[in-house]
Amino acid sequence: MKVGVVVFPGSNCDRDVVWVSSGLLGCQTRMVWHEETDISDIDVVVIPGGFSYGDYLRCGAIARFSPVMREVVKHAEQGKFVLGICNGFQVLTEAGLLPGALTRNRDLHFICDRVPLKVERSDLPWTCEYGAGGVITLPVAHGEGRYYADAETLAELENNGQVLFRYCGPAGEVNEANNCNGSLNNIAGICNKQGNVLGMMPHPERASDPALGNTDGIGLFKGLLARVKAGEKVPVL
Amino acid sequence: MSQKFHAQIYVTLRPSVLDPAGVAVQSGLSHLGYENVDQVRIGKYVELTITAASEDEAKVSLDRICDQLLANPVIENYRFELKTVSGAGV
Repeated sequence: MKVGVVVFPGSNCDRDVVWVSSGLLGCQTRMVWHEETDISDIDVVVIPGGFSYGDYLRCGAIARFSPVMREVVKHAEQGKFVLGICNGFQVLTEAGLLPGALTRNRDLHFICDRVPLKVERSDLPWTCEYGAGGVITLPVAHGEGRYYADAETLAELENNGQVLFRYCGPAGEVNEANNCNGSLNNIAGICNKQGNVLGMMPHPERASDPALGNTDGIGLFKGLLARVKAGEKVPVL
Repeated sequence: MSQKFHAQIYVTLRPSVLDPAGVAVQSGLSHLGYENVDQVRIGKYVELTITAASEDEAKVSLDRICDQLLANPVIENYRFELKTVSGAGV
């Protein structure tokens, strides 16, 4: 069982992810340089946060063309798991592994805060450690986190249950007042139709170590790694 | 025979996409006293030189370039203008 954390020039949350999967959960983990072309040894790919390629042109626009991304797409097509956090989410939408796009925050400010998130479903490996409808708090740190998709795509996402996390109030209220960046439908994290690719703007890896005062994020990693270890794969289309 | 073309590419937000930066600029203009300005939208401008066998081929390449990288079709439209660079080689 091996986790691979992709590193682009400008990625800066890679070590935090390695700390969680290797340091806290004792899982075999390696860093994958963006020019690598063989990730056949990896079971779970994580694309971490940061400012890959300086966010030049658009966040993630250039990173999606790195050699490793061709392999990540193949990896996802085989039903294996891919997690994109923050810039990683942006890379996944640019690469077409997830629908929609991440745009400039509604109020233009870079938001560095801890926000409540509603967990929409608990049957997938990503959220099986959380209760459906439960509220967790995770740190966010982004300037371009406003999720956008056209009306047709949004309807599809909602109907298919592809929205996993929504920005909400402390009691789970999903409304504009509790939408820090203006994302449509308060979307904070979505998965693809099969459920093996997850992209989210908040940082679960920054809320995993008890030393940092919040461990709401470790459930995502624990649930995912447990299911993968048990041999869970999603059906290949 | 190849020709050199100078391309000017305009990448703009789709009308349905919120542009908070445009709204901020409009607010700034209003503070400057320009109450007669409306609907500010901010896009990107890219220049490049492209070598191709013909203008049509250059256009095909540019369409692909814009679709693949310069514009994100989910949120952006693009258009471009091509000019032959004078003194291009044979």
